Amino acid sequence: MSEASAILALAHRDFIKLLRDRQRMVADFAFPLIFIGILGTSLQAGFGGNSNINLLDYVFTGVLAQTVWQSSALGLISLLADREQDFSQEIFVSPISRYSIILGKILGESLVALPQALGIIVFGFILQIHIGPDQLARMALALLVIALFGGAFGVIVLANLSSQRAANQIFPFVLLPQFFLAGIFNPIQNLPLPLDILSHIAPMRYAVDLLRDAYYGSSSRIVLSDATTNLAIIGGLFVVFMVVGTFLFVRAERNR
Amino acid sequence: MIRVEDLVKRYKKAETNAVDGISFQVKPGEFFVLLGPNGAGKTTTISILTTTLSPTSGGATIDGSDIVRDASAVRRKVGIIFQRPSLDQNLTAEENVRFHAVLYGIFPYAPTYGLMARGYRAKVEELARLLGIARDIHKPIKTFSGGMRRKLEIMRSLLHDPKVLFLDEPTAGLDVPTRRTLWEHLSEVRRTSGTTVFLTTHYLEEAEEADRICIIDKGKVVSFGTPDDIKRDLVEEYVLVDATDRSALRDELARLGHATSGGAPFKVQLDGHTVHSILRSIETPLTVVKTHTPSLEDAYLEIVSRTSE
Repeated sequence: MSEASAILALAHRDFIKLLRDRQRMVADFAFPLIFIGILGTSLQAGFGGNSNINLLDYVFTGVLAQTVWQSSALGLISLLADREQDFSQEIFVSPISRYSIILGKILGESLVALPQALGIIVFGFILQIHIGPDQLARMALALLVIALFGGAFGVIVLANLSSQRAANQIFPFVLLPQFFLAGIFNPIQNLPLPLDILSHIAPMRYAVDLLRDAYYGSSSRIVLSDATTNLAIIGGLFVVFMVVGTFLFVRAERNR
Repeated sequence: MIRVEDLVKRYKKAETNAVDGISFQVKPGEFFVLLGPNGAGKTTTISILTTTLSPTSGGATIDGSDIVRDASAVRRKVGIIFQRPSLDQNLTAEENVRFHAVLYGIFPYAPTYGLMARGYRAKVEELARLLGIARDIHKPIKTFSGGMRRKLEIMRSLLHDPKVLFLDEPTAGLDVPTRRTLWEHLSEVRRTSGTTVFLTTHYLEEAEEADRICIIDKGKVVSFGTPDDIKRDLVEEYVLVDATDRSALRDELARLGHATSGGAPFKVQLDGHTVHSILRSIETPLTVVKTHTPSLEDAYLEIVSRTSE
């Protein structure tokens, strides 16, 4: 019970910090709006006529999943920020389980990522992307899963990094290739074998596919795997990232 | 209460041990000071004892719990004030306190102050009154002075009734008046809670009130005991005497059983005698009398400079 309370307190703290950081809120919205507004609209205008899918919808769903997943992953860097501001000492000297600490962080950064999703969806309405109420409900659930999954990915990436600076250098390398391997802007149904293998390794692929499943429905040929498969893979990876990440992070903290 | 045995810590890629085989014990309710110059290994020791750092070898127990095998139990039993303040700047004073209370399982979590348990709110009100910040308790930490933050941290660390309160150079970076009020505050806390206090400092005057002091330098214990023990141990008290008839004086001193060393003026160790009694026993007319009774500070500086040679 007290562990659950502690997890909520940790998550709440991250959320409060977002609300008090206006600059970050604005910056968080800017990128997805540029991707969807400019890239999505222009792709649809240029190639949309020749393809049988609506590229604006395609980019919209891709960017929505990518933004939430990435925001949550990058949010975990705050774990390193806490260390640099000496606040993590207060957390790590407390008697709660180390897994609770990391879980609280993941939950907190997921809560921070979700308001962004709301902003993007509103923007989608403005661009007249059609989203029905049942689609919206399915997408909301999928986005929650995606946010938690992104957070766990963040933990495993930064588990062995010592500073925010290192994290800011490493993250683009692990995120950018996944933009293309996960098919945010580009279809990935017919990739050459080496790229197809890489695509299957890229965790972001499953996040994006889960959201497209929620939006298009599993019968759509845009969706790569059914929701059950995606959820099973995401669940498995979440546990692995979380357990291994926490272990490595705590070990790096204590064995200096 | 605390038992440290042959504790060693070598940081990764370091060529020497930051803590090099130290052992000592702290009794319940004691005010214990770990004294040493910068880089002596004080913070390393405290980090190991509070389980945030693994020892390379050796070990320690706090109130019977092993710091490695039973880290979680140890964490429950200790409170710590870190060298650098560990309050979240983005939160209010109350939110920082609430965070601590929930993390230690004292009260269940609620998203707002109003929804927190009645007992918690009573505690916070009392705390704010004691600190004289009833008005500001809901203001961000950013608006607090350094001294006030320190006091808030001490209050926060006592919320879960720790058996041992660790303070790692708590007065570093504070001005003199602030340091003094913080000190009074800490004495008050000790009087009322009876908590064992483990303090590190490089200011000798902060150690003079301690029950026992452990002086470390370069990761090794150089002296241990009550302030008086340490003084007796380290401070060499003697009187320098000289006379026109030096050989008579030398013979007389030898006859009286005073160990002298070197030539004139003669150095007579007090060895528990008073200067007065020594002088009275000497009959040779003296031309020079100089007493040497250094302060603890002098002694401390001497040890520290000796080991750094």
